[in-house]
Amino acid sequence: MRRATSMAVMKKKGEKGTPPISTASLPDIIFMLLFFFMVSTTMKEQELMVKYTLPDATELHKLEKKSLVSYIHFGMPIESLREKFGTAPRIQLNDTYRTPKDILEFIASERDKLSEGDRPAMTVSLKADGEIMMGPITDVKQELRRANALKISYAGVRIEGYGL
Amino acid sequence: MAKRKLEEINAGSMADIAFLLLVFFLVATTMNVDKGITRILPPMPDPNQKANDVKERNVMEIFVSKFDEIMVDKQKIDILNLKDKAKKFILNHGNDVTAPEKEVKEIDLIGKYAVSKGVIALKNDRATTYNMYIMVQNELVRAFREVRDELSIVKFGKDFIELDGEQRAAIARAVPLAISESEPNEEGN
Repeated sequence: MRRATSMAVMKKKGEKGTPPISTASLPDIIFMLLFFFMVSTTMKEQELMVKYTLPDATELHKLEKKSLVSYIHFGMPIESLREKFGTAPRIQLNDTYRTPKDILEFIASERDKLSEGDRPAMTVSLKADGEIMMGPITDVKQELRRANALKISYAGVRIEGYGL
Repeated sequence: MAKRKLEEINAGSMADIAFLLLVFFLVATTMNVDKGITRILPPMPDPNQKANDVKERNVMEIFVSKFDEIMVDKQKIDILNLKDKAKKFILNHGNDVTAPEKEVKEIDLIGKYAVSKGVIALKNDRATTYNMYIMVQNELVRAFREVRDELSIVKFGKDFIELDGEQRAAIARAVPLAISESEPNEEGN
């Protein structure tokens, strides 16, 4: 009974009209979120045309300077392109499917984009699906050696350890 | 002159503008950080260069077969034991005659240290999966990292990753990352 009366009192109060919640600080909150995203993310550079599940590893190092990194994507074509290109693993350089033969030219053009001083620090990140056979990967590695792009990083996903 | 009363600018649409910007950044950016096992590939072999003979005791031969089996010196081994096997090979405590030789070198900041001459030679079949190859690479890098960490703790009281440039170079000289990969045309089948 007691409760019912107190509710009734509250309702009566509400009828008089509560002041509207101030939204003056909303822009500030949104701006804060915006700045967070601006700082913590990077621009998407290219649309992926291959799909891959990176292998697991524990000894991963962060690639510090993104401008010094060139990417080689290696995996099965994405679903929308499978009808046209099949399911065999493909190499994606920039925005097109390529063969290992094109790597030499790709590395040369990537190297040209960097300043003279940065060139020795250039890193190639090989993002390849774990299910691919080593044969084609070895071909890619051979081409990288031929192109004298020796600093490479095998992209992987961090795990705690094997056999856990 | 009478001061005109300043009119307040309506900031009601500010939130909408900020939202638009926020949505743009959410769509156009990615958050993933690139991580990977960093390795240096050997340069292309010089055709005039002769293969230098390495003593058998100084080489630990690892072959990953097309069935993803790991063979160390022709003996099958599990991936979970590979790291310890590699560590044992690098360290060679007790100076076993079948394990790699050591050469005492004078290294800055560390002093005299017996540097192992051991080399881990990694071979793989063309049908080995990339997953397995990365697992083996990872375990080998881990073995070297642990050996370096142990030495860093003894000499400088810190892990290898926390050392400064000179200390790091000294440790890297004492424990060189000796993983070599064979030329692909030498591979079996």
